[in-house]
Amino acid sequence: MSLRYGARSIRPRRNLYAPACFNPSQAPSIARSWQRWSSVAESPASERVLFPGALKSKFTNDLAFIRPAELEAIPTYRVMNQDGVVIDETRDLGTTDEEALTLYRKMICLSVMDLIMFEAQRQGRLSFYMVSTGEEGITIGSSSALDPSDVVFAQYREAGVLMERGFTLDQFMNQFFSNCKDFGKGRNMPVHFGSRELNVHTISSTLATQIPHSSGAAYALKMQAKLNPDLPGRIACCYFGEGAASEGDFHGALNIAATRACPVIFLCRNNGFAISTPTSDQYRGDGVASRGAGYGIDTIRVDGNDIFAVRQAIKEARREALADGGKPILVEAMAYRIGHHSTSDDSFAYRQKVEVEDWKRRDNPITRLRKWLEGRGLWDEAKEKELRSKVRKEILVAFDKAEKEKKPALKHAFSDVWENFTEEQKSQMEELRSVLERYPEEYDIEQYEGGLDSLKEDLKQ
Amino acid sequence: MRALSRLLRLRNTSSTSRPSRCRHIRQYSSAVATARLNNSVDYSTTPLLNHTSQQCLSNPELPEHIRKSKTKRINLFQSVNEAMREALMTDERVLVFGEDVQFGGVFRCSLNLAEDFGTERVFNTPLSEQGLVGFAIGAASEGMRPIAEIQFADYVYPAFDQLINECSKVRYRAGSTGMHCGGVVVRMPTGGVGHGALYHSQSPESLFTHVPGLRVVIPRSPVQAKGLLLAAVACNDPVIFMEPKILYRAAVEQVPVDGYTLPLDKAEILKSGSDLTIISYGTPLYTCNAAIEAAEKDLGCSVELIDLRTIYPWDRETVLKSVKKTGRAIVVHESMTNAGVGAEVAATIQEGAFLSLEAPVKRVAGWACHTGLIFEKFIIPDVTRVYDAIKKTLDY
Repeated sequence: MSLRYGARSIRPRRNLYAPACFNPSQAPSIARSWQRWSSVAESPASERVLFPGALKSKFTNDLAFIRPAELEAIPTYRVMNQDGVVIDETRDLGTTDEEALTLYRKMICLSVMDLIMFEAQRQGRLSFYMVSTGEEGITIGSSSALDPSDVVFAQYREAGVLMERGFTLDQFMNQFFSNCKDFGKGRNMPVHFGSRELNVHTISSTLATQIPHSSGAAYALKMQAKLNPDLPGRIACCYFGEGAASEGDFHGALNIAATRACPVIFLCRNNGFAISTPTSDQYRGDGVASRGAGYGIDTIRVDGNDIFAVRQAIKEARREALADGGKPILVEAMAYRIGHHSTSDDSFAYRQKVEVEDWKRRDNPITRLRKWLEGRGLWDEAKEKELRSKVRKEILVAFDKAEKEKKPALKHAFSDVWENFTEEQKSQMEELRSVLERYPEEYDIEQYEGGLDSLKEDLKQ
Repeated sequence: MRALSRLLRLRNTSSTSRPSRCRHIRQYSSAVATARLNNSVDYSTTPLLNHTSQQCLSNPELPEHIRKSKTKRINLFQSVNEAMREALMTDERVLVFGEDVQFGGVFRCSLNLAEDFGTERVFNTPLSEQGLVGFAIGAASEGMRPIAEIQFADYVYPAFDQLINECSKVRYRAGSTGMHCGGVVVRMPTGGVGHGALYHSQSPESLFTHVPGLRVVIPRSPVQAKGLLLAAVACNDPVIFMEPKILYRAAVEQVPVDGYTLPLDKAEILKSGSDLTIISYGTPLYTCNAAIEAAEKDLGCSVELIDLRTIYPWDRETVLKSVKKTGRAIVVHESMTNAGVGAEVAATIQEGAFLSLEAPVKRVAGWACHTGLIFEKFIIPDVTRVYDAIKKTLDY
């Protein structure tokens, strides 16, 4: 609301334009939003002055600063302890045995894929990779609690979300090898996935830029549900790390999501490090969760190594995000980044190997769920061995297949920049073709689908 | 900072619609008493605006049914308002938002839209350019057609990352998934206004014309603004739509009442000539026109004037064809010379019309300095500088 112009009287609504998309039910809210506060002070004896910027604030005679360091830290919600024992047996777990087994298999598949791809990068067979080790519980757990129609915006350590949603091993490998079957047409670095079918927007390397996108997308979903009440409610879910939460886009996104009441879950993976930077150099407040209240956003902190806790928190967050016309929710999932930041990083340059080993052994989402499954008699060493070997084989088959595929056609260096090729692009493609034709020995064109022909053919996208 | 805009508007009005008073009262953009060339532009007589309904409807770019329809006399901010109203009425996916948009906008462009279409479709955002442009990209990615407003082009930089790394690249990186954010239109008032100083007079278009994936559009008049803005909303590529704010109230002409679009890839020849081509866009077109009138009278030459309209991707063919005919070219814009739009146009002319050139391509543009408040009239190209460039180029 603009107070500068608050004194404006409300104009009688004009009915000159009454289009189909004009919603008459909104008239009262328009009027309300333009009304001026009735007065500055209600009465001389009032305990509150209605400063427009903080209507509920009472006066105090104590000169007291609020000291965040003295406040109790926001607690971390968990369902089972490190030994996979459910703490309150009387409460519904929210996950059946069958679901738990499925989640466990997906976490194993992701961790085996991480091992193989990390190694393949070390052998120079792909350019780059990022593992999810230690955060499988957050991505796979949260994804399983969303509806498949919910829209996902991810940072880059969320391969688990795609895997849970049904991105196939072939699709993963096509992306890693930038081959002609990659949805991104070989344009993006490895692990920058996207899928229209699975409602996952394509990942970009720029940190936090996706956070305001999720606010806008959530607003779009809310408006679409209003226009068509038969549609079931959908939300947006946005993933980011605690480092990305220091970017201005985090601030812009949470603020606009709150003021526009957008049905969105902001899911922060707080894994303790942003490349080499520990959280003590990242922020001095109580993590990322403590910021939610400042934006007027309902917030929860959850144990990211406890997949049941993650699922419960996200299910409830989703329900709340859709209630009463929509609102944003902030979830901070705590974890430890067990792997290196990426294949371009050696994390032992800034943290002790023993610390990492300790986390690996002491607590991680996979072993914790395994302990729970074993406690229920649903899992054992033989099943573990069999699953790992089966998954490994499947991944290697997909790996070989994808590695052998051709690269995307050369024209895709130019296509999709705009909806259609521009005249400038057409002349540049012609120029490139001419160079390739005259210097054939300087380029390896044959590995690109269609060779030179793709620059010659009728240039329709 | 934003409150300045109201001040700007008031001054703008008095100095442009009542030029006769300039001699008595010192105005920021007033003319010097002895000036022959540097007089205030008289928008009520300039041939660049349609002063009659007939003039307006004779435009061959308008669709047939529009050419048989009615017009009304409105200014540039009203035509932007008409375009957004038309877009909101005809497409339920259209949203209009930005800072102070709900009460009508600091330049009145969104006047009455919130009342007529509801605050769910026309609304204020928090004061965060990166937040609101990111919001627009997200909404467009899920099928809406957001028209986002940056209050002044000078404040677009916080959203630079969102526009360049995100908005322009969404379709490319999404590849065969077909996801895109086409439908995003980012409107922003741009250019000098006589007293905007450092942060209310910038013309940052060349920063966007260096970005593949974006379209950059600058209209010169109400008719153009309405048609190009409606085309931008309908376009499946993200569009940066820069509105010369000095023209918001100054440029008044007959505009078709109904909705229509103008092409986003065509320059327009405003006046044909045979000795020299001037290529420009936005406000300087009026300056160029005044300079051409004086030069043609004094020097007996014939100058062709081209409005680029779409600054990127731009219409190279129309420009090259003209320069091949005239053999001489001048590019005029407000933003500074170095790496400005003029550099690209001049280089393209050199490549595409080398054998026709009889003089070097001249650039008349802002100097390599910021727009210091009291120096603006020395920094932004005026009639005298364009006149002198015509003279020098013809004499070469």
